[in-house]
Amino acid sequence: MSGAFRIPRAGRLSQAKTARFSFDGQSYTGIEGDTLASALLANGVHLVGRSFKYHRPRGFLSAGAEEPNALVQIVRDDARKTPNVRATVQELYDGLAANSQNRWPSLSFDVGAVNDLASPMFSAGFYYKTFMWPKAAWKSLYEPKIREAAGLGVSPDKPDPDHYSSRYAHCDVLVLGGGAAGIAAALAAAETGVRVILADEQAEFGGSLRFETGARIDGQDGFAWAQAAIARLGAMDNVRVLSRTTAFGYYAQNFVGLVERVGDHLKAPGHDLPRERLWQVRAKRVVLASGAIERHMVFANNDRPGIMLAGAARTFLNHYGVAVGRNVGVYTANDSAYAAAIDLKKAGVNIAAIVDLRDNPTGPVIDEARALGIEINFGRAVIRAGGKLRVSSMTVQPKNGGGERTISVDAILMSAGWTPSVHLFSQSRGKVAFNDETKRFVPGTYAQDCVSVGACNGTDGLSASVDEAYAAGAKAARDSGAKSAKGVKPKVDASESWSRGMLGAAPGAGPDTTVKAFVDFQNDVTAKDIRQAVHEGMRSIEHVKRFTTNGMATDQGKTSNMHGLAIAAETLGKPIPEVGLTTFRAPYTPVTFGAIVSHARGPLFDPTRKTATHPWAEAQGAVFEDVGQWKRAWYFPKAGEDMHAAVDRECVAVRTTAGLFDASTLGKIEVVGPDAAKFMELLYTNPWEKLEPGRCRYGIMLREDGFIYDDGVVGRLAPDRFHVTTTTGGAPRVMNHMEDYLQTEFPHLNVWLTSITEQWAVIAVQGPKSRDIIAPLVEGIDMSDEALPHMSVREGKICGVPTRLFRMSFTGERGFEVNVPADYGQAVWEALWAEGQKHGATAYGTESMHVLRAEKGYIIVGQDTDGTVTPNDAGLDWAVGKKKSDFVGIRGMARPDLVAKGRKQLVGLKTKDPKVVLEEGAQIVEDPKQAIPMKMIGHVTSSYWSQNCGRSIALALVAGGRDRMGDTLYVPMPNGVIEVEVTGMVFFDETGGRLNG
Amino acid sequence: MLLIRCPYCEEERPELEFRNAGEAHIARSANMSGESDDDFEKFFFIRSNPKGIIYERWRHMHGCARFFNAVRDTVTDKFVMTYKAGEPKPAKLPGVAK
Repeated sequence: MSGAFRIPRAGRLSQAKTARFSFDGQSYTGIEGDTLASALLANGVHLVGRSFKYHRPRGFLSAGAEEPNALVQIVRDDARKTPNVRATVQELYDGLAANSQNRWPSLSFDVGAVNDLASPMFSAGFYYKTFMWPKAAWKSLYEPKIREAAGLGVSPDKPDPDHYSSRYAHCDVLVLGGGAAGIAAALAAAETGVRVILADEQAEFGGSLRFETGARIDGQDGFAWAQAAIARLGAMDNVRVLSRTTAFGYYAQNFVGLVERVGDHLKAPGHDLPRERLWQVRAKRVVLASGAIERHMVFANNDRPGIMLAGAARTFLNHYGVAVGRNVGVYTANDSAYAAAIDLKKAGVNIAAIVDLRDNPTGPVIDEARALGIEINFGRAVIRAGGKLRVSSMTVQPKNGGGERTISVDAILMSAGWTPSVHLFSQSRGKVAFNDETKRFVPGTYAQDCVSVGACNGTDGLSASVDEAYAAGAKAARDSGAKSAKGVKPKVDASESWSRGMLGAAPGAGPDTTVKAFVDFQNDVTAKDIRQAVHEGMRSIEHVKRFTTNGMATDQGKTSNMHGLAIAAETLGKPIPEVGLTTFRAPYTPVTFGAIVSHARGPLFDPTRKTATHPWAEAQGAVFEDVGQWKRAWYFPKAGEDMHAAVDRECVAVRTTAGLFDASTLGKIEVVGPDAAKFMELLYTNPWEKLEPGRCRYGIMLREDGFIYDDGVVGRLAPDRFHVTTTTGGAPRVMNHMEDYLQTEFPHLNVWLTSITEQWAVIAVQGPKSRDIIAPLVEGIDMSDEALPHMSVREGKICGVPTRLFRMSFTGERGFEVNVPADYGQAVWEALWAEGQKHGATAYGTESMHVLRAEKGYIIVGQDTDGTVTPNDAGLDWAVGKKKSDFVGIRGMARPDLVAKGRKQLVGLKTKDPKVVLEEGAQIVEDPKQAIPMKMIGHVTSSYWSQNCGRSIALALVAGGRDRMGDTLYVPMPNGVIEVEVTGMVFFDETGGRLNG
Repeated sequence: MLLIRCPYCEEERPELEFRNAGEAHIARSANMSGESDDDFEKFFFIRSNPKGIIYERWRHMHGCARFFNAVRDTVTDKFVMTYKAGEPKPAKLPGVAK
């Protein structure tokens, strides 16, 4: 038996296929095809959660995605603990384990429920009022406590072991919503042959046909018709049918995000399946068939477990075969609840009474209910519900006051009418319009190529919806290029229809009362809270929303919006359209981070770039550092060495014998063409026209504002060919900068730009023995100082492969940079390494590279400069062509502030105590005894221990720095003030003799 | 995600392939070093930032890599038209009143 409340022969599930599951540790039996909600209800369980703020006991309000109360945690294993799952959406599988949330120690006895008694303290806006004083308590006391108490559910604490996938799709017609209207629209479009995607959030298509027992289409039961139509659509090559797929966001130009739940309903999903699949769909036309959501009645204690929407109770009965109670009351302002009472009555459930706010409504459902012998009370209101963990009674009163009567019930079905789901339409930036007659917002002005059909368009009745949807589907197909249509419109033989209903608080929950009549169940917002917000000065509905939290969080106003709006409008004394509707935001229902991130996590989050010699460095035990996307060898520790020891050894070795360094990550751009030199003149500060082929120059690139943008050594290989190097991190932006000027400002220049960063591996060989190491392997290049002086470049061969051999130095030693095709990078490195071993050479990493260049005062753009440093500030005036009439930055550099006195200039710093190494980024002051806040005159940009100098060295940007040579300045640090002397930037070999040493 | 028509590829492609490159039709002076401070300020710092139609530069970064110009409505984000770099500012815009 799958529960005492399962009605034999009711519903569509095969009652033979049972599934075991647990809720809060207790075992139950359900049926395959159940949701967790229907399975619990079949076992008579209504109490499934505690509310957010007041910790009130809560049950199921709905049977679908709009559910605000029944949020549970689904636990598959230690890592898979998904919080805030709607029990009304979660499909049952054998072995499912669920827990309630937001309660301690147990669901039926929850200590947090004291908040309910203290509710006057927690009224609307209480955060803003209560925690204002004392100010210091916010950080230490209020905020941590609020954060602890806030939120529903508990996040999993282990990495998500599931994987997710992502797909792009294009179609002519995208139909969102697979009820009768959506299916009709999809049929009409699909029959023309255009590409159609039809998506619905439910496991089974049919929408309200799941509970509308009276619907008949093309001679069969409505739900059966839907299944047959889906089977037909699924078999068509031009159609993709997606169930369990929610359209969560509607973005620009008919770009729609869908998330398909692939594994959450399976007992053992298996790792070959993604848990969820993200569909990013671009559609020529979109048909919105998102239906309508039933509204609850706003009356005192309308949140007691057992009180639910009438349509939900019909779904539980007609689809799942579950009665939501044995003695059921109905409270309505609308016909549709009668159908629920009739269905339950026919299934053998006692209907205690129907309470209808309307005075003397007439219609076939009312006649039928009366004929079944159900007690009907017109012009009356339910003014309160009794019971706590489960509703036990409803108290009825004539709506204009009078004697009360209490009726025993174990469930109350309610319906205040239906709200068209305009969420996606609104997300598409369409403007809704208020229909005063039917009191609902419907799609008004469209912003995109889409159309709304059926209930979400405010169209009443199945027949009218299907007609409208079929026509819209056919038109969408034509508009997206369909030639012919040959289908036949579905014929609705019988359908249900009902009238409007009401908005706002019901009698007994009016302005003169203080009862808890909930408008927004998920956020614990009552009618009183909304009125209070207005009384406290909130005029805009957007302010009311934020002050009360009505319609916020995952609910996004699905059930609460219209009631809240109506109460605010009534309190303000304004008509509803003047108060306006809050914005519906994506996502329609929550989307997991996993679905959004998909495969782009862990090592796939961002590409990792490795140089040609990476495997060699790895084998040598190098420690790597991340430089942008690159992995660079940081240092090469020998056994027992820490970073400090390794770097000291590497730095000394380079200046004593030689060092090998992988410089491949430097950006490289080839500038080629008859106007290459002219182009270089415009992009760099230096003069280039007269640079001889075979020679190199250190180039500085500015932006138009006159600040240093990049730098690098440029070799002229031929009159029309430059080999430009850039900083590692700057390579892409320098290329973009060059392309921008070439394409848009200097298109008359005949120049081609090619990124060659990845094509050439670069091996720097630096040190007194560098030439001895390289020379034996080189063919066709005269390596003598006369033929290959410092700052020159030659093409030839090394180890039999082509090379561009640069004689240049970023260490101040005699040095070379050997460029070889990247495929040969490691082989040439190994050959050079073998030669190097004969001379005692070492491999060095980026840390030693930094120290060695700082010893020579060579700057690193982005470390010693920060985007506000001019060539003059950096002491690089010599690199600016004085006779040039134009280059990018020439005018910006001459702006008054950039040539003013007192600018920060790059200088060297020596600590008075040579053993003290300054902290990079530390601030510099003139007088350490001045009052705080001190006047800061600069900061340390680079700082290292230099084993070669036997002391610490630093570079710093200091206001008027070059006029302070020899001055003493101070660096205040938490544990004392450090005295420093301002010096020149070169700490080692000031004359530069070692370049030829 | 917007669809943008590259006037060189003559195709609508997703926004991911493109990079915005700031306002269009701001000419760099042929006599840059002779510009006054005021003129340089206008050239380098001042942008129109309109509510409505903006003329701007885009680059088809992950496509043909060409820079081109576009007319976009900053209110709706809709592209009115795109045209090649160097072409004059269009006198008439399709489908835009005024």
